[in-house]
Amino acid sequence: MINDILKILENDARTTTKQISTMTGTPSADVTKLIKQAENDKTILKYKTVINWEKVGEEQVWALIEVKVTPQRDVGFDSIAKRIYRFSQARTVYLVSGTYDLLVLIVGKTMHEVANFVSQKLAPIEGIQGTVTHFMLKRYKEDGEILEGKEEVKRQPVIL
Amino acid sequence: MSTKPKIQNRKYSLTSQRVNQISPSGIRRFFDLLASMEGVISLGVGEPDFTTPWHIREAAIYSLEKGYTMYTSNLGMPELRQELSRYLKNNYNLDYDLDSELLITVGVSEGLDLTMRAILNPGDEVIMPDPCYVSYSPCCILAGGIPIMVPTNQENNFEISPTDIEARVTSKTRAILIGYPANPTGAVISRKKLTQIAEVARRHQLLVISDEIYAKLVYGVEHTCFATLPEMKENTIFLGGFSKAYAMTGWRIGYAAANREIISAMTKIHQYTIMSAPTMGQVAAIEALKSGEDSAAEMVEDYNRRRLVIVKGLNNIGLPCFEPKGAFYAFPSISSTGMTSEEFAERLLIEEKVAVVPGTAFGQYGEGYVRCCYATSLADIEEALSRMKRFVARHRAV
Repeated sequence: MINDILKILENDARTTTKQISTMTGTPSADVTKLIKQAENDKTILKYKTVINWEKVGEEQVWALIEVKVTPQRDVGFDSIAKRIYRFSQARTVYLVSGTYDLLVLIVGKTMHEVANFVSQKLAPIEGIQGTVTHFMLKRYKEDGEILEGKEEVKRQPVIL
Repeated sequence: MSTKPKIQNRKYSLTSQRVNQISPSGIRRFFDLLASMEGVISLGVGEPDFTTPWHIREAAIYSLEKGYTMYTSNLGMPELRQELSRYLKNNYNLDYDLDSELLITVGVSEGLDLTMRAILNPGDEVIMPDPCYVSYSPCCILAGGIPIMVPTNQENNFEISPTDIEARVTSKTRAILIGYPANPTGAVISRKKLTQIAEVARRHQLLVISDEIYAKLVYGVEHTCFATLPEMKENTIFLGGFSKAYAMTGWRIGYAAANREIISAMTKIHQYTIMSAPTMGQVAAIEALKSGEDSAAEMVEDYNRRRLVIVKGLNNIGLPCFEPKGAFYAFPSISSTGMTSEEFAERLLIEEKVAVVPGTAFGQYGEGYVRCCYATSLADIEEALSRMKRFVARHRAV
């Protein structure tokens, strides 16, 4: 049941308890309880919105940074990952397979700011062997949503 | 809107008696009205609001790049029949020989037309539920048959009653036509009832035409494929397709599975009138069968949420609605307003800009109901419900 509720919320965090109750056939009180529980145990981390900032002229610089790391005894990649994710500039931090180890998404106001962060904060961390920075040029799709130019298909208004 | 051709004292009708027997859709005026309006929320459609999953579309595009642009075998591409035969085996444990017992058709619509033409002699009767899908009765008439309607209603969950069927069997009865999950009611039928229908068919040596286009769209119940009932495979013309479950309505691909004699007769008609189902659509159908399960299951999950919203909503605003457990339709009773179905649909459209389909479009026993399709966005469903609430409150019969 909680999985059904979470799927609905992941798709639209504004769905009300009452709506979820109807959509899943679960009493409202139970839905409230389950959501509260999920919030408490951090299954639900937060409620957010997907925004196309370009529409309001807000300049943002996004960069994906490949980070190659020397894993450390006992803690592997975790302690270095932690040193990186503590920076608020690091929006997302993943450990990945392949030619590099950590993938870090940085969001800043200017290219300069992001470059500074990488060279001053990130690269010098002990255990980091090297970084490759990819500045993002265009966001086409974010969290399953196409940002621009999504085609709307017209249906016949009545079909028997 | 209607333009009547001016014909001066013609001795004969320009069109055949047979086609003249079919009445044009009684709600043409309603369609015309709808076409002229803007800002309408339509619960009047009969197809998914999803576009075909991209991996299926992509497979079709690739087939064009590779040059799959020609006719296929009359029966349909061997690979598609192969996949289909595997699918029917896996899902229903049914063994259909892919070279003699399966035919790929232009949707279930063609499958139904072929069936009627293949099995009916002039004056043969086909027993079917009322209300039912719009083409059942015309297809029967066009094939020279006589449709015999069995009323169904909300009290019996729009399940056709085996006793009512049997009461209508005559020496002319050739077949029973059922279509569950049902358009327009969203009804499903229990295995028990189907078993009883099978008994009636056996007792009177009748064929059963089973339209199972909505088979995958069931909620909390299991769909029983009619051909899986004891001894029924030989006597069933099983019609299915890809339109609803895989959101592929425009591709026009369906199939018929039946014994070789019937499939061979249907193929004769098919080869002279259609040749073969669209090639691009057949390629897409192969992809749907091979890897469309997940997308289909996701869509079903989504429909189910909207189903619960619309059914509860309709009941709350005073349009009592039995729980439809299949397809994507709710079929509420509008009797509290004292209006006829057509009147209700027309006034709702004019006053609140919500389009629903009058139940009478699906047979005389659809009177007192309207069909609301919930294959539309949740936001639209909720807005439509709040407009309908206003409408019902305003017109509640005293």
